[in-house]
Amino acid sequence: MENNNQKFIWREYQKEIADDHFFYVRSCIRQAFFPGSETFFLSFMRNQLGKDVFEDARHTTCTGIGFHGDVVPHETIMTVVARHFALMTEAGYRHVAISCVTSFGIYSEILETWKHFPEIEEKIHQKLILATGRDFNKPDTIAHTSDIIYKFRNEVAAKMKYPLINLNTGEPLKVVEHIGCHYSKMFPQYGVGGAEFPQVLAGMIKAWGGEVVDYPERRHCCGFGFRQYLVQANRGYSAANSKKKFDSMQSYEPDFILCNCPGCTMFMDKWQYTIAELEDTVYGKEGLGIPVLTYEELAGLVLGYDPWDLGLQMHQIPVETLLDKLGINYDPEKKFITQKGENIGTPLIPQHYNIGLKTAGTHSGCC
Amino acid sequence: MATLFDQLRQDVRFVEGLKSCMNCGVCTAICPAAGFYRYDPRILVNIVQHEDEEELIALLKSETIWYCGQCMSCQTRCPRGNVPGQIIMSLRYLSQKLGYFTESEKGRQQFAIKRTVGDNILKYGYCVYPDGIIPEMHPEQGPVWEWIFKHRNEVYDRMGGNYKKDGPGVFRKITDETLDELKEIFRVTGGQELFDKIEEFSQIKARQMGIEFGEGTDNDYFRYTYSIDTGDHCKAD
Repeated sequence: MENNNQKFIWREYQKEIADDHFFYVRSCIRQAFFPGSETFFLSFMRNQLGKDVFEDARHTTCTGIGFHGDVVPHETIMTVVARHFALMTEAGYRHVAISCVTSFGIYSEILETWKHFPEIEEKIHQKLILATGRDFNKPDTIAHTSDIIYKFRNEVAAKMKYPLINLNTGEPLKVVEHIGCHYSKMFPQYGVGGAEFPQVLAGMIKAWGGEVVDYPERRHCCGFGFRQYLVQANRGYSAANSKKKFDSMQSYEPDFILCNCPGCTMFMDKWQYTIAELEDTVYGKEGLGIPVLTYEELAGLVLGYDPWDLGLQMHQIPVETLLDKLGINYDPEKKFITQKGENIGTPLIPQHYNIGLKTAGTHSGCC
Repeated sequence: MATLFDQLRQDVRFVEGLKSCMNCGVCTAICPAAGFYRYDPRILVNIVQHEDEEELIALLKSETIWYCGQCMSCQTRCPRGNVPGQIIMSLRYLSQKLGYFTESEKGRQQFAIKRTVGDNILKYGYCVYPDGIIPEMHPEQGPVWEWIFKHRNEVYDRMGGNYKKDGPGVFRKITDETLDELKEIFRVTGGQELFDKIEEFSQIKARQMGIEFGEGTDNDYFRYTYSIDTGDHCKAD
């Protein structure tokens, strides 16, 4: 009886993730900063698992960053997303695979809004028909692309070339995972493990041999804050919240940070650089920063993909410490070359230790 | 005549966001903005709950409503099912509709967001587009982004992208036909109207403040709203 009750309780934390036939929607931020991750996802799904993942070139931004930046009205974003559903319907698909946590939160919110306010859904049908002549069916399921990698985590493990084991010590690598607020804080039922016990990244880490680090600010926001980053004058908010997390995780000596949301991935990477430039604080056990990966990049690495084909040269925090621990053979000479092997120069090396740029003390708050 | 609260109640985010606040303060305890700014979502929800029009007008003109980062951590934690973050979204929308947003330094920044993210949407079909992530406007992006920006054709090509080209893929070209559909959606749903209001009220404010106002991002009012933090907002309200 007790076991049945426990099963009943945990049922709340499960979600249905489709097995095949996905309508794929890209992310503005993942395309900008981690395009290799999207390329890997499609290659992995289609070529390694033999799944059907369809992409329509007419898909656009969901306008989510504008919506949470408060320049796009609610009715507008609902109609833009309804157009995406129309493209899905026209193509004969019923499952959406979403590459962005902001978009995923928006899709979740819109479907929940329509469930509770059917008159709003009807209004959006009419608006979309009026604007485009299109109409739509709602999807049967929505999944963040990390949900799908999570679903197939054991298939990845079966083909794994580089498990998450430190080659030098034989110990599991210590991994900080960051889910991203809009994955399941708003609508827990749409996330694997809900808001309280998110498993989507932890499940991958465990399946691939790593150890998940628990630390005090594990669930704190990365600090994106939309307008708090989009406007340069506000970026102290964003950096300060990331710093809160770095300070909290530092003593646990994580080998890398694994992120769910493309925005969070970018901030955890770029704010480490900025904090080093401003305060001469360099995180990571080796004093070279803590590498930050997307889940696609991690899956690609353990499967043996070339790190530069995955796009790891696009990260500001160098990943070589992690590649060395995993025992991955990589060619440093190929890090910054083009597809055709041409030399296009290399980025400047950051002045992490430039004390001349140090500001007055640790600025962790504004007012 | 409809009161401002009547207008707020037209917004489903306000209806869903405000049930009944008992002032426990859990939202403030979990709030990243409260840890950085002089900001307390509990007080804000309490003001709105009073349904006092004068207090609401003051709030719509204040710095306070612009501090939230919309992480929505409050949505998970409120024991009464309130969502201060959603109330904030409805307040910001009303503040912009009425032109009150230009009365605060943080509110005036909506112009910078419209001229960057807003204009990207209808120009490119993306909220974030590589051509707009100009290193001088984004020093925090560091030297690797400078390198990517300079060589973006080659880098996106290396990553399997389809930058500015026809067909699907990373940063594919969004065709004029698709952009026309987006623009028509904005027209029939109030998106274009909101853009126009942000432009109109910002231009009036720029004139009042004696700051040059022009197209795009190469004008003094854009630079002021995008990059200036006077610190005065901390003393206001």
